[in-house]
Parts: sequence; C-alpha cells; structure tokens
Amino acid sequence: MTATASAVNGNVSAETAQAAAAKAAANQPVTFGKALNTALADALTADESVVIFGEDVGVLGGVFRITDGLTARFGNTRCFDTPLAESGIVGMAVGMAMNDMRPVIEMQFDAFAYPAFEQIASHVAKMRNRTRGRLPLPMVIRIPYAGGVGGVEHHCDSSEAYYAHTPGLKVFTPSTVSDAYLMLREAIDSPDPVVFFEPKKLYWSKDQVDLEELAEQYESQRAAKAEGKARIARPGTDATLVTYGPSVSVALEAAKIAAEEGRNLEVIDIRTIVPFDDETVSASVRKTGRAVVIGEAQGFVSVASEITARIQERCFHSLAAPVLRVTGFDIPFPAPTLEKHHLPSAERILDAVDQLQWEA
Amino acid sequence: MSSETREDLIAEVSRKFGISPEDYMLPARHMINLLNPDGSLRSHEEQGTEPGHEYPLPSPAELIRAYEALVVGRRVNDQNSALVRQGRMAVYPSSHGQEACQVAAALCLQDGDWLFPTYRDSVAVMTKGVAPMEVMTSFRGEWHCGYDTKQYKVAPMATPLTTQLLHAVGVAHAAKLRGENTVVVAMCGDGATSEGDFHEALNFAAVFHLPVIFFVQNNKYAISVPLSSQSAAPSLAHKAVGYGMAGERVDGNDLIALMAIMGRAVRLAREGGGPLLIEAHTYRMQAHTNADDDKRYREDAEVAEWVAKDPVKRMESYLADSGLLGDEVSERISAHAEQVAKTLRDGMNQEADTDPAELFNHVYSQPTAQLKEQAALLADELAREEA
Repeated sequence: MTATASAVNGNVSAETAQAAAAKAAANQPVTFGKALNTALADALTADESVVIFGEDVGVLGGVFRITDGLTARFGNTRCFDTPLAESGIVGMAVGMAMNDMRPVIEMQFDAFAYPAFEQIASHVAKMRNRTRGRLPLPMVIRIPYAGGVGGVEHHCDSSEAYYAHTPGLKVFTPSTVSDAYLMLREAIDSPDPVVFFEPKKLYWSKDQVDLEELAEQYESQRAAKAEGKARIARPGTDATLVTYGPSVSVALEAAKIAAEEGRNLEVIDIRTIVPFDDETVSASVRKTGRAVVIGEAQGFVSVASEITARIQERCFHSLAAPVLRVTGFDIPFPAPTLEKHHLPSAERILDAVDQLQWEA
Repeated sequence: MSSETREDLIAEVSRKFGISPEDYMLPARHMINLLNPDGSLRSHEEQGTEPGHEYPLPSPAELIRAYEALVVGRRVNDQNSALVRQGRMAVYPSSHGQEACQVAAALCLQDGDWLFPTYRDSVAVMTKGVAPMEVMTSFRGEWHCGYDTKQYKVAPMATPLTTQLLHAVGVAHAAKLRGENTVVVAMCGDGATSEGDFHEALNFAAVFHLPVIFFVQNNKYAISVPLSSQSAAPSLAHKAVGYGMAGERVDGNDLIALMAIMGRAVRLAREGGGPLLIEAHTYRMQAHTNADDDKRYREDAEVAEWVAKDPVKRMESYLADSGLLGDEVSERISAHAEQVAKTLRDGMNQEADTDPAELFNHVYSQPTAQLKEQAALLADELAREEA
C-alpha cells in the first residue's frame, strides 16, 4: 500500500467513523408514541388540509401525549381541543372532510368511541357509497386500544371487529415503531376513511429507527406503498402464527420459546385488518400446513374467527390439523389484577401449537 | 363580526332596552308572524317583534320568486304522493303543508352556501337548484343519493336524525378555517331535537362560533308521537340559550315571516355573529309516509284547523291583494309547476339507471381483493341466469 493510498484510506476511515457516530446519534431508540407524534407533525407539514382535533389533544398533547407539541408548533387552528363529545368530534370531522379538509381525530380510549358509533357506521363508512362515489371522506379516527396496561374498566376494549365488520372503513393496527410512523402517514394520505388502532401497551416500546430516514423512505415510495400488505414478522417452516397489533410481540415470544424446543414457527403480522391480505396468510399456511390465529379480543365472532375461516376455505388441502384460535375469553375486559388471565400469553399460544396434531 | 363584536352588540342592545344578555338570546315572547291566515298583513304591533328582533321585509321580486317555488313545491309534493299511490315510486315523505319552510330554507342562501336537508326536505333541495329527478333517486329506489352534493352544495338528504347537523357544523368549520364566507342551513324536525347529536351540534357550533342556522320545522309529530311527549321545554327555540346562541320562533306557514327571519339570520351569521336556532311552527298535513296511518294518532278536526292556515293560499291571497300577482305571472307559475310535475311523471316511467356491478364500485376508492371476488361471483350468477 502506498503512502497516498494509506492517507486516503485513513481519511475514509475517519469519515466512516464520523458518519457512524452521527448515525448512532440519529439511531437513539425511538418510542412507538414518538413515531406516531412525528408522523402527525410530518403530515401537518406536508398537507395544509390536515387538521387534528379531539379531547385534550391541544395544550396537554393528549392523555398519551401522541399530539405533544403540535398545537405549539402548528397553531390552534391545526391542532385543537373540542368539547367532550365523541359523536360531535366524528360528526364534525365528516363535515370537514366533505369540505376538503383531512381530519385526523382522536378518540381518547377504545370504549369511549362508542358514542360515535352511529356517525362512524352510518356516515364515515357509507358517504362514498351513498353518493355513488361523488363524496369520498378521507379521514383518520385514531383509537388507543386493548389491554396489558392495567387500565380500569372501559379503557381496555379490543373493539376492532365492530369497525372491520363495517364496509367502507379501512382498519389499520401497527405493531412496530417503524410501522407506527409509516402506517399513520399512509392512513392520513388514504382516500378512504381509516380507523387507526394503536395498541396502548406499545406506546412506550422502543426500537432503533431513524425517523428522518423513514420519512424519506415514505416520501420516495409513496407511489408503491405497502397498504394492505401483511408482514412476515418471523420466518419459519413448521406452523404459522397469524396475529396483529398488541399480540404480535406475544406471538414472537412464543416463537422464540418454540425454537428452543425445536419448532420453527412463522409469525405473520396482519397490519391492516381491512383490506385483508389473504395472499400472504394463505401462502404461509400452505407452506407450513398448520396455523394458530391469535387476537386479544374476545374470540366469539372476532377478527380471529374471520381469519380462521378464511384459512380453512383457502388452505384446507394443505392443512395437517384444524386451525386453532387463541383469544381473550368471552367476558367483559377484567379488572387490572385479573387481566393477565384473560390476555393470550406465550404459554397459551404454545399449548395451542402443541395441539396441532404433530406426528409422534 | 367577531365573537367579541357580537358580544358588544348584545351588550349594547341589552343596555338600550334594559334586558339581560341571556334575555337577548331568548326568543321573542310571541312567535314572529307577519301574515294572517287570510293573507292580510298584520300591523307592526301584532307581528311579535320585540327589541332586537326586528325584521326587514323582502322585496316584491323576492316575494314572487319565493311564491313560484312554493307553488312548484306543492305541485311536486302532490305529484309524488300520486306516483307512490300508483306504485311508480317506492316511498315519498311529503312536506305538504310545510312548503313555506322548505322554500325559505333554500332561498335565503347564496350559491356558495350549504344546505343540510332531511328526508322530508325534497322541496328545499329542489329549490336550492337540484334537478327534480336527481332529488328523487332514493325515493324511486335507484341509489341512496342521486345528486352531486358538492356541485349543488346540498348534503345527502339525511335519514338518521340530526347526524347531519354535525356535518353542517364541520362544513362551516372548514370554511371558517380557510377564511371563507360560507353560511350553512341545517334542517331537522321537532322530534329530532330529542336526539343527542342535536345537542352536540348546537354546542359545537356555539363553542367554535360557526355560521350555522339550525332550522327546526316543528310539524307537531314525530311519526305518531306529539311534541308534548317529546319535550318539556317552553319552546324548542328556548333550547338555544342553553348553548349561548339566540333562538327564535316563527309562523312556519307564513312565507314572508320566514323569509324575513331567515334572511336576517343568514346576514348575521355571515357577518360573524355565530349560530342561530329557528323554530318554525308548521304542520305535517299528510301521514309520515305512505306506510303510515295518521288516523290512529290524530283527529280530522285538528288537520282541518291547519287547512285554514295553508301556506300557499295565504301567500297567494297576500300577493293578489297587494296587486303583485297578475294573471300573466300566475299562469306562468302554474305552467312551470305543471312542467316540473311532467318531468317527474316522465322520469318515473323511465327504467331506473342501475347496474348490479356498481354495487362494488363505491365502497372504497379501489375495490379490495375480496370485493373483486364477490363482484365476479355476482357477475357469474347473472351470466348463468341469462344463459
């Protein structure tokens, strides 16, 4: 190696080290909540028709701080508090969307969205159809949902099935920090109304992601966005765990334990309940021949039931065992000290996997 | 007018007449009523106006234009009821007897202003400019809403009660945020004031100080249930003060009073005065729909009483007695009404414009994979039926 070459190489190494240091700084762990907050801020910047409103979303920044700092940064015409009335919040958003705005509204908790159900089911979902396509309603209804945080009654419902059962609504639920950012941006840009379910136990979860890089990635791939695509969260060969939202981390935990026991499980994160990605789910189950569907909601007439039925219809001849479900019990969400018995656990998932008629 | 200016005005009027600001928001002691049932003009003292409640009269040209819409509206109501009886239309909730309210609600608005009607407000929708057959799309069972809501600035006729009042609030809010000068008239009936969304809409409109006029047609019945079983408030207009907006009562069969009161309301709202609640006293002369039997819940004598208060005859008498309605104008208006009725008869004789494939087209911006499968299933079924 010549002196010149060495000097050049030395410089390159120094630059690489600097870049790596900068990258490390940028790659401070980011919380799920911060990713959502950044997605909202970026959407407000990108599109002046975006407005955010709801209960306590202004000065306080929301009870989970997802709208933290937005009123201060963008003003109280872009992010503001409303009177305490959920039907009013959704109904006003319908009118604003009719008049060319893109409302992103917050329901404070899952069960608090029920007063708005008529507005959502009869108007948000149906306006495009009622008007023969002339009046689309692009808007996002953010709902913190599900349990695992020790919440009191009416604060922990998994209400996704009500909305998934309503034609005209899209239903998204991210399970990773980067999806929190990307899927919320997609939801806001969608020409269709999106009910956006945020697993509240994940708000404080962290990951090494570069939000600026994600933003660039979102902008550059906007045309080819992945809306409606399920994600293979863990590749595997022996059985498929199909799940979404708060249960993805539990399924991954189960898969990790199974791997130690010699079973290689594939985990699929549905990401969007509507539209539903039959293709990815079916391809996986045809490959593994076995499936367990997991959802935190009570199991009777649930999203897990629908997924199970779809797998039976599409993959019957590839199945070595009946498709099983692991869900919450058919009970109202329990008080905090009892919730651990209700929520699907890794153990309960592994018990179900054990029942998939393995050859001795 | 900003909310501060509005408060200054209320304070000034209150001082001038020795009334409290809350009293300023209360309706006048008597219903506003300019024409007697026989069409004679009431003296100023008898009109029900009080300090802060004065109303300028519409011009003769405005009155003739409104009368024409009134006559056309009556003809449309009666034509559609006939078409339902003949089995050529699925259902029609007639506003026979309420046409003055219908006309006033639409004519007070300018082109950029929005109207939010209910299922009984076909005549208001037509008066705002929507083509007659487009208004009737849902009643003939062709599709739910047949007109371009944004082109006409008319929301789909609402079947659920008062959900549309919140949409009206949202349209006004969006316009206000963009600095536009839009006024919105949101309609509902007396029974609908019991709904939760009525309360939420009025509260939101007042809190955000939006230019929405809530126009309640009190036609005395919610299908079969009379107003006395619906509300214990002194009047529906009195509900306004609880939200911090002014309320007013008006004779809903008196087109001149309605035009005066709605004209003033729109002007105040456009100037930034915030929302208003107007209760119009009228009467549903026919059953709720053709599926209803009104003989089970009201007496013929009560209906007969309201025949004498008919809004069309009242206006006709006033205009004729004032020399504003000559034979030529009268004949032109009748011919116009007949021509609209013929459009409806001819239209109902045409095959409805439906295609089963369209069922899947407007659920989302793009049909999902599942909807495509279902569309193919239906197409296959239809192809086999044809074969």
